[in-house]
Amino acid sequence: MSNQGKVDCGRRRLIVATAAVGGAGAVAALVPFVSSLLPSERAKAAGAPVEVDIGKLEPGQMMTVEWRGKPVWIINRTKDMLDTLPKLADQVADPKSEKNQQPAYAQNDTRSIKPEIMVVVGICTHLGCSPSSKFKAGAEEGMAGDWLGGFLCPCHGSTFDFAGRVFKAKPAPTNLEVPPHVYLADTRILIGDDKKGA
Amino acid sequence: MAGGTFEKYKSDGSLGGNVLEWVDARFPATSMWKGHLSEYYCPKNFNFWYFFGSLALLVLVIQIVTGIFLVMHYKPDAALNANGVPVAFASVEYIMRDVAGGWLIRYMHSTGASAFFIVVYMHMFRGLLYGSYRKPRELTWLFGVGIFLVLMGEAFFGYLLPWGQMSYWGAQVIVNLFSAIPVIGSDLSLIIRGDFVVGDATLNRFFSFHVIAFPLVLIGLVAAHILALHETGSNNPDGIDIKEKKDEKGIPLDGIPFHPYYTVKDIVGVVVFLMVFSAVLFFAPEGGGYFLETPNFYPADPLKTPPHIAPVWYFTPFYSILRAMVWNFFGLDAKFWGVVAMGASVVIFAFLPWLDRSPVRSIRYRGPITKVMITIFVICFFILGYLGTLSPSPMGELVSQVCTVFYFGFFLGMPWWSRMDKFKPVPERVTFK
Repeated sequence: MSNQGKVDCGRRRLIVATAAVGGAGAVAALVPFVSSLLPSERAKAAGAPVEVDIGKLEPGQMMTVEWRGKPVWIINRTKDMLDTLPKLADQVADPKSEKNQQPAYAQNDTRSIKPEIMVVVGICTHLGCSPSSKFKAGAEEGMAGDWLGGFLCPCHGSTFDFAGRVFKAKPAPTNLEVPPHVYLADTRILIGDDKKGA
Repeated sequence: MAGGTFEKYKSDGSLGGNVLEWVDARFPATSMWKGHLSEYYCPKNFNFWYFFGSLALLVLVIQIVTGIFLVMHYKPDAALNANGVPVAFASVEYIMRDVAGGWLIRYMHSTGASAFFIVVYMHMFRGLLYGSYRKPRELTWLFGVGIFLVLMGEAFFGYLLPWGQMSYWGAQVIVNLFSAIPVIGSDLSLIIRGDFVVGDATLNRFFSFHVIAFPLVLIGLVAAHILALHETGSNNPDGIDIKEKKDEKGIPLDGIPFHPYYTVKDIVGVVVFLMVFSAVLFFAPEGGGYFLETPNFYPADPLKTPPHIAPVWYFTPFYSILRAMVWNFFGLDAKFWGVVAMGASVVIFAFLPWLDRSPVRSIRYRGPITKVMITIFVICFFILGYLGTLSPSPMGELVSQVCTVFYFGFFLGMPWWSRMDKFKPVPERVTFK
């Protein structure tokens, strides 16, 4: 402002230009702060594949291993359990596993490499709780009378069958995720990697 | 009222007077004292409901002081110690068992969190009864809604810190809510967690938010809330403006100075509040499993969700609204609409000043429609809150859907039902016996 009290337009333009450049600098300064919120290099490096021996897993049993901080279930399904799957085809939301929740080699009727051995991430696709096993058919474990066995998420009531397929009209949008995995030997599974010797 | 001009203090010649004059020439000491306390004129007819503003301030102080002392012993570390217990969980047990007085400070803080929400809900209900959000106090109300939102964040971050089962799985669920947002959701939840699962990175950043970022914002909003209130002056149970009737000095005829009249009145409220607070603190610090939930006495286990998980009671009404949404719309998952409904159920309070079209502010001069609507709203709020503590069930789902419809109906229908009511004439002066 000059002594005459008039607005100096040249200076006004300089102020706008300076503010614009300064504003751009301030936005650029956000980058390191926001990037610091992302997973660190150490967090990204974690999550190595896990090798599991399933030799002692009897039919009807389930074991849980930790992979990338998540529970991975390995279920040795009995013939009865497998027989429930076709009966539920019209009750589950994605019977043919068309949504990309499994590697191509698990996109089949049992969602597994070997029909009886189910390998699945035990995290509900709704909001990330770990469902509880409700293997007994009927109302014995507090389920409805026509329950054939599977999993119930305690948080919001989503139900899954023995192949981790979600039932219709439940909060979970997709089937449980099948992680990449490979059989190193008949009873040894590598979870988190599907290329042998990698 | 505040913002008025006050003369600078003139010393009477004493040492104290000289010091005050020196200070007052350099800092607005007396004008702040007068503008906000000794010459801030409040309506003389405040009732029971007007205790909760000052009580909220008291609880804020309790939380800050106890929090400062807790941080001296707490360790935000999810790694397992030599006994296989997460360090954070063990440090809370250490505060409870080995730090002298630690159990009391910790229980003051955890009970204080629930007390904060009780007081704030009562304070908000007062606003609803007497139309305190109406013109010209919209900004006071908006700052208040901001305080409520920040308080919810603060409580959520704080609940993760003990690193118990409920801490862990509660955080897992809430962070995953953000992943329901289309396009940016999964990256957003990654930025919040700082890892692919809730872990040490999450615990440390929640600690940072809980003890630094959110308290600073909270204090700033509280200051703005009070400054905005003191600019317009307080509402009262009659919902009429006391500034319209002033004496020859410009002081409202129905106004009395906040200090000493309401400071002394509020002390009575503080005493009663502290009696109730202490009773909970000493005899039921877990609040019957509602203030501190049983699974949180087990250390976090990322492989196993507790059989029944529920948020702390003050979140349950909104949580029920989340669970009530089970339909897919417009090609988007029910999960996303649940998050939208839950967010909307909180944010909708901000629109009250513009939704309410009644010609009078206070419920005292409004008719049966308002009374019925507010009663239904409160009943629905309680039912939703109760259902949110229970496991999901088909019956509970149906009831929570009905209550969710009423909840939103209350707000969205307000521009119509608030006008349709029968109104009584408002008095010229406040009613005061």
